[in-house]
Amino acid sequence: MERRRRREIVGRVFEWIALGATLFGLVVLALLLFDVARRGLGVLSWSFLTRYPSRFPEQAGIRSALLGTLWVMGLTALFAVPLGVAAAIYLEEYAPRNRLTRLIELNINNLAGVPSIIYGLLGLELFVRSLRLERSILAGALTLSLLILPILITASREALRAVPMSLREAAFALGATRWQVIRHQVLPVAFPGILTGMILALSRAIGESAPLITIGALTFIAFDPRGPLDPFTVLPIQIFNWVSRPQAGFHTRAAGAILVLLTVLLSMNSLAIYLRNRLQRRYRW
Amino acid sequence: MGLTTRSMAEVYAARFQRGMAARWRELGELAIQAVLFFAAMVSVFTTMGIVAVLAVEAIPFFQRVSLIEFLTDPQWTPLFAQKHFGIMPLVVGTFLTSAVALALAMPVGLLSAVYLSEYAPSRVRAILKPALEVLAGIPTVVYGYFALLFVTPLLKRIIPGLETFNALSAGLTMGVMIIPLISSLSEDALYAVPTSLREAAYALGATRLEVAVRVVIPAALSGIVASFILAASRAIGETMIVAIAAGQRPILTLDPRRAIETMTAYIVQVSLGDVPHGTLEFRTIFAVGLVLFLLTLALNLLAIRIIERYREVYR
Amino acid sequence: MEGKTGMEEIVLEAQDLTVYYDGRPAIEGIHLKIPRCRITAIIGPSGCGKSTLLRCFNRMNDLIPSARVVGRVLFEGIDLYGPDVDVVEVRRRIGMVFQKPNPFPKSIYENVAFGPRIQGIRDRRRLDEIVERCLQAAALWDEVKDKLHQNALTLSGGQQQRLCIARALATEPEVLLMDEPASALDPIATMKIEDLMRELARRYTIVIVTHNMQQAARVSDYTAFMLAGEDRVGRLIEFGPTQQIFTRPRDRRTEDYITGRFG
Repeated sequence: MERRRRREIVGRVFEWIALGATLFGLVVLALLLFDVARRGLGVLSWSFLTRYPSRFPEQAGIRSALLGTLWVMGLTALFAVPLGVAAAIYLEEYAPRNRLTRLIELNINNLAGVPSIIYGLLGLELFVRSLRLERSILAGALTLSLLILPILITASREALRAVPMSLREAAFALGATRWQVIRHQVLPVAFPGILTGMILALSRAIGESAPLITIGALTFIAFDPRGPLDPFTVLPIQIFNWVSRPQAGFHTRAAGAILVLLTVLLSMNSLAIYLRNRLQRRYRW
Repeated sequence: MGLTTRSMAEVYAARFQRGMAARWRELGELAIQAVLFFAAMVSVFTTMGIVAVLAVEAIPFFQRVSLIEFLTDPQWTPLFAQKHFGIMPLVVGTFLTSAVALALAMPVGLLSAVYLSEYAPSRVRAILKPALEVLAGIPTVVYGYFALLFVTPLLKRIIPGLETFNALSAGLTMGVMIIPLISSLSEDALYAVPTSLREAAYALGATRLEVAVRVVIPAALSGIVASFILAASRAIGETMIVAIAAGQRPILTLDPRRAIETMTAYIVQVSLGDVPHGTLEFRTIFAVGLVLFLLTLALNLLAIRIIERYREVYR
Repeated sequence: MEGKTGMEEIVLEAQDLTVYYDGRPAIEGIHLKIPRCRITAIIGPSGCGKSTLLRCFNRMNDLIPSARVVGRVLFEGIDLYGPDVDVVEVRRRIGMVFQKPNPFPKSIYENVAFGPRIQGIRDRRRLDEIVERCLQAAALWDEVKDKLHQNALTLSGGQQQRLCIARALATEPEVLLMDEPASALDPIATMKIEDLMRELARRYTIVIVTHNMQQAARVSDYTAFMLAGEDRVGRLIEFGPTQQIFTRPRDRRTEDYITGRFG
């Protein structure tokens, strides 16, 4: 009897510890958000968004970083999405089960775990140096495209796999070619899922700074980028730069920029969740 | 009669025979497949590109600096007048921050996986799981800010002798970042353990805790180990947190209160500086990158192997 | 094992047909003649390879990478597995309806128009005409003519299956292959499909796979009975006019199955 009670108490205590561990991360998250908001809310203003960086903290803004982020993300989406979807289509709809396919899959799995700064070294040598793109938006977007490709491929494959086999069979039985089946029946159904994966992949890219620092994205840009071959900075690099300064004034600017970055990320993620829910409601067999 | 059947047959034969249109259509299909195949091969080219780039820049480095010196010299001072090229301080610095991160993330991540898979009511789980994923979606530069401007000042009040830049804050913050990685992968592994196994243990009078610790965790052990390995790989490769909060001082120490430098932070340091491309000093980042790549590659492949194997077991 | 088809004109013929999955035979040595404008039922217990055989007739087995087909399938005297045969054309001429209704998640109109569209028919009026004709032929027109642009998934199961039949008719096939087309439907919807099959048999040759013996007896003119042996390889046991198979089977195993003494 005594023994049984003890077992029960131990079990109860363990459950509380496990719950505590689960909540630990969330508490830290709350602390982080609170600290950023406490420090950064005060600097948020129209002029913070529209001013260039400055030597004087109170005058510094994120205009060039925001524009740089928009440019880099736009081009990254342009390169990575078609490539990732095409690769996913090949692997799900065409690839024979052989060694080459296994090699490709192993590669994608491994690339997902390669440190992002290694992609920076690749981008530096390949895009910045060999292709002579210099420290441009284009070089940054190409580097980030390679970085998010594994995420995009994996997400797109899942979306394609969720399309029922019976749909493909129906189209094949009507004399459709493989590409017609994919183009007219499979892709439209998989589209919301692919879109969700795309947004999540881009939200990974938007927070990246290490590979862009490696390829030489600048930390101080006081003009608007006009084309893909212009030098650039992005929000995370601007944040990194301000955090690394000793003056507290820059730290509050960093917190303000973090608030902007997190707002963008939050809206992207909400959009992804919204799309996913819509997808689940629309197609039910 | 005979004649009509034959001519009918000929008509049909003509219809099924691949004509010009069918041949063009097949060519188009083949072209599309070729384009898609090329897209899939980009991942292979990327890996080849990484290896090639690292090799091309690291080989001239190792022609000047012997591998023995690189691996055994206890000092790393390539940017100073008195140059030493021993990677040990960077490796130990990386090891130190990663060890701190894992010491936090492994128990917390595993416990939360156990809670989510064995204890949490499905409604609680539906809220907690995506909430934990948010942690993984926060940009690392934000964690770097948090480590330097929140965690360090906080720890300074408790731990005397903590330097402004230190391995401890960076490691702990990194640990928080990789909790979701461990908890979600471990939970997958716990979840894959068949219910029949749990029921068998309950039938023998085991409590929930005993079922979790003696039955479910051992059965899911390979998946849990794989999640730890991936977390280690992630910690070794993490850049911004350590670049911001751990310092840029490559010293050989195991004291987490001190400023150190990791391999990744060194690459950032050189990238931000004005070391000219093509010099021995600049090539150091590729030598360091090569070590970093090989280390994470080994860990990733090991984890992929383990995951593939345990998926087979329960399929 | 070739059954009696008397004076009927033969449209489809399997000659010594064997299908391997991963190198292991699933069905073996099938000889079967399908007469024109008749309904031929393939019956047998599950796992006997009925569907595998059916899928040989429009080369759907090509889609399974591990499947290998040996032997010949003659359609109007042409070997469908011959070297220069256009698979796309084969599938247009030999339509298929599946076990579970599988309309595309698009409008009713687009479901029927898909086949003609991918053949290059763009003319709106011609498409309208085809859609109406096929829906009429599938006895669905009156129920859907006012909501042609509604999503097909809003239809009931029985309506969806008739839509799938209309969709198959739109490529102007000569043969319709039906893989247990009523197994997912309620009795009333099943009855409608069976009536429709009898109606369609005036113009089309129909091959239906069913595990429902009453259904085979009700709708088919000819019946083929398949059975997997101890080796789990499906073989054709007996083929003949439906009435004869059900009243005077010649093989003991057919009789056991028909009378329910089997398994």
